[in-house]
Amino acid sequence: MHKHSRRLLRGIGLVCALALGATACGGSDDGGSGPKNVSESDVRAALEKGGTLTVWAWEPTLKEVAADFEKEHPGVEVNLVNAGTGNDQYKALQNAMSAKKGVPDVAQVEYYAMGQYALTKQLTDLTGFGAGKLADQYSPGPWNGVKAGGEGVYGLPMDSGPMALFYNKKVFDRHGIEVPTTWDEYVDAARALRKADPKAYITNDAGDAGFATSLLWQAGSRPYTVDGTEVRIDFSDEGAKKYTGTWQKLLDEKLVAPVTSWSDEWYKGLGDGTIATLAIGAWMPANLASGVKDTAGDWRVAPLPQWEAGAEASAENGGSALTLPELGGNEALAYAFVEYATAGKGVDTRVEGGAFPATTAQLNSREFQDTKFPYFGGQQVNKIFAESAANVADDWSYLPYQVYANSIFNDTVGKAYISDTTLAEGLKAWQDASVEYGNEQGFTVEK
Amino acid sequence: MTTTVTPAAPGPAASPSGASRSVPRLRTPRRGHTAGRPRRSVLLTVLTGLVLLYSLVPLVWLLISATKTQEGLSRSFGLWFDGDFALWDNITETFTYADGVFTRWLLNTVLYVVVGAGGATFLAVLGGYALAKFDFPGRRAVLAVVIGAVAVPGTALAVPTFLMFSAMGLTNTPWAVIIPSLISPFGLYLMWVFAGEAIPTELLEAARIDGAGEVRTFFTVALPLLAPGIVTVSLFTMVATWNNYFLPLIMIKDPDWYPLTLGLNSWNAQAETAGGQPVFHLVVTGSLITIVPLVAAFLLLQKYWQSGLAAGSVKE
Repeated sequence: MHKHSRRLLRGIGLVCALALGATACGGSDDGGSGPKNVSESDVRAALEKGGTLTVWAWEPTLKEVAADFEKEHPGVEVNLVNAGTGNDQYKALQNAMSAKKGVPDVAQVEYYAMGQYALTKQLTDLTGFGAGKLADQYSPGPWNGVKAGGEGVYGLPMDSGPMALFYNKKVFDRHGIEVPTTWDEYVDAARALRKADPKAYITNDAGDAGFATSLLWQAGSRPYTVDGTEVRIDFSDEGAKKYTGTWQKLLDEKLVAPVTSWSDEWYKGLGDGTIATLAIGAWMPANLASGVKDTAGDWRVAPLPQWEAGAEASAENGGSALTLPELGGNEALAYAFVEYATAGKGVDTRVEGGAFPATTAQLNSREFQDTKFPYFGGQQVNKIFAESAANVADDWSYLPYQVYANSIFNDTVGKAYISDTTLAEGLKAWQDASVEYGNEQGFTVEK
Repeated sequence: MTTTVTPAAPGPAASPSGASRSVPRLRTPRRGHTAGRPRRSVLLTVLTGLVLLYSLVPLVWLLISATKTQEGLSRSFGLWFDGDFALWDNITETFTYADGVFTRWLLNTVLYVVVGAGGATFLAVLGGYALAKFDFPGRRAVLAVVIGAVAVPGTALAVPTFLMFSAMGLTNTPWAVIIPSLISPFGLYLMWVFAGEAIPTELLEAARIDGAGEVRTFFTVALPLLAPGIVTVSLFTMVATWNNYFLPLIMIKDPDWYPLTLGLNSWNAQAETAGGQPVFHLVVTGSLITIVPLVAAFLLLQKYWQSGLAAGSVKE
């Protein structure tokens, strides 16, 4: 029943997205109004005046931030609503946008999903608010994310997920396995682990679009090129070949656990040592600490394995920004809150709450980097994350309809996980399906 | 639903003993199988047992899992107990977690069920009675519409309903869940069939001749006769409203108005959120608490429910 309604929901959301995309691409509403201008004094006036702000976000640390913000500005009331995590919230947002009612003033949007809202002008371009001058305050990956491949700034980066390798040291030590520094070594480690303990896997992977695109990003592949409505999709470059070559070995030899991330099975595997590593974003410590308490002290963090020995490439995995939907209200006040939460005092509050920032000031601060994590046996893991954040190439772009593309990942690339289809063939199928959908939506998509 | 009465098997062996007496040439069955002494079939018993097991295992899992801590859930086998018995702690934590929001969700659900399902039942009884006992032009059209409406799943109407409610400014209020729940085409249909069978038209005529008005006839003569049907319909609508997930999902964004289904889902989603705290043990315990009222309602009203279901199945 539950699964059913989810699928239905997905379908309906899609229909809405389709309808919306069609009108946004074909229509000519509010053409030429240009970016809005809201000056600092406007923002100050709005704070004086006060008002109620509706914020849709699932990020748990925002609760504290909202409370602090209200304390600092007594006239302001922040109505923080968890409208679902990720996709669930986008559907709700899409529904509210098509009804032109109930659209929140501020919405959390992941970087990969920003493109589709930015292109259809559903998010306010914050350039006119003076967001451009904040560029230096954020690390390159997230800033690239909020620009969504265009000139505007469609949100302020709230958190980021520079990748690192989390590994269960106890499992590695028990079987005398070295921590891999390249993906080739990773495959060897996977083999060694499987041989030593047939129940243990180096990691889990049941086909996850976010993870695959992050690895492609790190491997130097740039499958998506976006210029307005002209899009190119190509999964045959050098970087993609590196990725498929290595990952195919893991799949062929059944070295990865067929467990879906975030399921209870996943938490179980992380807890009992049958999932020995995770290549994942730097926001993971909070989840490990609260979700797998039993293994406190067993886990460590290492730099992400490299595609070429000695390289220092990294990529972002996940992460999201706070945005101002065009149909929301209270722009000046909303911007004040967004700036407070993502560039102002709110950042420290959130870091204390366990979130991983996108701001260089925090990333490079002594205090942040020197923090010892008892969960990781006292390791100063933030040092590794901060280094990773600085090594993220900032020329990656997602599709302007990445949410849809990711939703068909399992129908295409997912076949490589359950049948004889190779990963390269799967990517090709994903490319074809994405090209077809893009053309239907009014984009000009080339292969 | 899962009663294990083995039905009389069809075929010649099941013919009543009286019939075999009238045809003496045929070999008399060694044992007569009457309605009181149905023939036992190993196959059917095994099948029924399997179905019973199939429906009970998830329940058993839920019961056992509700006694485990968050860590215990992942380290122990699903269908057996973990070392520490944490059921009472879990129940306490379920009701106190996040400022006791679970209680709020429980009360919301009760509100939606009492007003929504109660109202739906009332409307279905009124409508079903009217359709069954009053002849008026357009009755066939109503029949067609109702049968058609039964065929349309509520989920398909959810998005249009959302857009309509949004235009009226009703989203994010309890009305957005209650008003659509008031309509139960299936309940209406059931009530109609039931009223047609259960209330002799002669009785209504007698009441009218005695001078009772239509309203009085309905409440004092018809309503008591409809009791089993009312229970059946109210159980249906109650289950539907209690378990309603999709409609509130798109209508309600304010956690203060969530029903239990949405609330539990939001707790479950915490595990998928960067920085979120997985609380599977509370989700499991909360689910157990959520189904208790439904199980109780079914057990307590079982008698009415069964007679209601069978109504109209036998010509007397």
